[in-house]
Amino acid sequence: MQAETLFSKIWQRHHILTDEDESLLYIDRAIAQENTYHAFVALEAAGRRVLRPRQVWCFTDHYVPTTGRAQGLAGIPVAEIRGMVEKLQDYARRHGTHLYGIDHAQQGIMHVVPPELGLVQPGMALIGNDSHTSTHGAFGCLAFGVGASEFAHVMATQTLWQRRPSTLRIRVDGRLGFGVSAKDLILSIIATIGADGANDHAIEYAGTAIEALSMEGRMTVCNMSIEAGGRAGLVASDDTTFAYLEGREQSPRGAAWERALDRWRALRSDGPAVFDREVRLDAATIPPTVTWGVSPEHALPVDGCVPDPSRAGDERREAQWRTAIDYMGLVPGMALTDIAVDRVFIGSCTNARIEDLRAAAAVARLGKAQVPTWVVPGSQGVRRQAEAEGLDRIFTAAGFEWRDPGCSLCTAINGDQLAPGERCVSTSNRNFRNRQGPGGRTHLASPAMAAAAALHGRLVDVRRLGAPD
Amino acid sequence: MQPFTTVTGIAAPIDEANVDTNQLCPTRFNKVPRGPRYREILFYDQRVDPQGQRTGFLLDREPWNRAQILVADANFGCGSSRETAVYALDEFGIRCVIAPSFGDIFDANCAKNGLLTVVLPAPVCARLRERLHANPAAPVTVDLAEQVVVDPEGGRHAFTIAPIRKRCLLNGFDDIARTGEYASRIEAFEAAHRAAHPEMFPDETSA
Ligand code: SF4
Repeated sequence: MQAETLFSKIWQRHHILTDEDESLLYIDRAIAQENTYHAFVALEAAGRRVLRPRQVWCFTDHYVPTTGRAQGLAGIPVAEIRGMVEKLQDYARRHGTHLYGIDHAQQGIMHVVPPELGLVQPGMALIGNDSHTSTHGAFGCLAFGVGASEFAHVMATQTLWQRRPSTLRIRVDGRLGFGVSAKDLILSIIATIGADGANDHAIEYAGTAIEALSMEGRMTVCNMSIEAGGRAGLVASDDTTFAYLEGREQSPRGAAWERALDRWRALRSDGPAVFDREVRLDAATIPPTVTWGVSPEHALPVDGCVPDPSRAGDERREAQWRTAIDYMGLVPGMALTDIAVDRVFIGSCTNARIEDLRAAAAVARLGKAQVPTWVVPGSQGVRRQAEAEGLDRIFTAAGFEWRDPGCSLCTAINGDQLAPGERCVSTSNRNFRNRQGPGGRTHLASPAMAAAAALHGRLVDVRRLGAPD
Repeated sequence: MQPFTTVTGIAAPIDEANVDTNQLCPTRFNKVPRGPRYREILFYDQRVDPQGQRTGFLLDREPWNRAQILVADANFGCGSSRETAVYALDEFGIRCVIAPSFGDIFDANCAKNGLLTVVLPAPVCARLRERLHANPAAPVTVDLAEQVVVDPEGGRHAFTIAPIRKRCLLNGFDDIARTGEYASRIEAFEAAHRAAHPEMFPDETSA
């Protein structure tokens, strides 16, 4: 028998047929957000209905406010924003899909809630109308984002045409150092291979450092696969995965659970399986990492300096670095830890799970926020858990603002946004220009690093917290 | 879907790498229903400054305000999956984007809307952009049937494209109709898949 990769095994079990260079794949589950209304419009314009409504899940996250939620929909003051939530809810009801509306007890970000519900399981093919659908590959499934047309196609047929991507294995062995998290790991990976380093590839993350990560950490890594251009990111399921899934609302139970476990255990790359490309990193060499520019590949160790464009190596890159440094309002050669910040955002589908909030709270305990700092949990489930653990009180005691779940300042579309020129340390995934509001400046960092920046009003090395300045 | 055969027209150079879909369609415009408003939305934050003043961005200048082709740099269309980025290009009148590489999801979104993405080597794209800066009105031709880009000096640059994508673009085929031809095979597959993986379909097993 030929040795196969995990990706290939999942691809095969969903492969219906091939037409020249495209394959028609069966899609087990599809997840959506407010912007998916464009897909519903296209679907209805084609005279179609959702074929398998029980395989489609709709979430309200991008446009929901992070305060004043007791009033539900009526609490959204801007009619256009309210309309987006309303439209998705209406379409979802009309087509009979699952709906986690603004009032739902499990409302939250579309990449935070599904794992909590146990609806993402090893071996599945899952698509979402959102690029960070790659998050769910942390469960050893094939998960990726698609646009509105492709999403409409899935709703109409429960299938999708795909070109088979190449495979890339990123192997990280060794142990992450003190103060170094999954976020630092994935930022280092992107800085190493580039923002288009994995274009047209499905990435499998492997190695002892990946195996040692919790499900939250694996989700953080897979989440940002798209920031390296990857079509998808996967981690083979193991006992950590199974322990996470056991007993969740949508997880199989009893004898079905035992049968599922048997199948899931076989879902890993065979030892001799060959990948199209391999990249290796040593976990011990990865420091806390932050971005200085306007692409996630503009990431450096926090104890480094803003790079000098004249040393970029080639003209194109030199011009890119100049534009980035100019936009970010920085000076080449300045220490990253000399960068003063205006605000801090702890949230998003990259880093707003319970473990992320615990890491941020552990730092928040040590002092007081010097700049406005928001903590936005990824879901109502995370919010409740954090409150049960008293994390909300730690945050508020440190002067951090504890808000309601949603995408918030990650994409700045619900009304939460940076002012032009404002500089924010953010645990989200994109430092693109204008991402957090027109003219806003973003430094991506881990939850612990973000909390540390809040306490000092500038970027700091979380490993040196408590050490004399 | 409008078929794509050959386009000869004004081409605008976009020099920056990693142009993300948020630049093509800033997030706050995702609310806008598909339609002519998207013509103004394309690259909005570069065309209009925070005070509401026009910046004189190249797509607002003659002749590039009539561009049908963009010549860009690496990783064009990375980031968010928003198809509104393609709506914006489409409404502006862009039929083809030439770049050394594209964001995966953006690339697929273009194809589903009849826009052609052409991959040419980075040095070829860079030279083409230089020529367009020097001579903005010089037309570029993109011939899909022949799989060739003809630059203003008549230089020919062959490109590859997946055969199925070429066929769909040339004919303006719509995917849902194409898939419909395989209805019986899909049904048979689905029945077998559900039987083999009952754990994924609890609604059916508990019913
Ligand atoms: S948190 Fe940010 S990246 Fe994640 S789904 Fe929401 S907007 Fe997208």
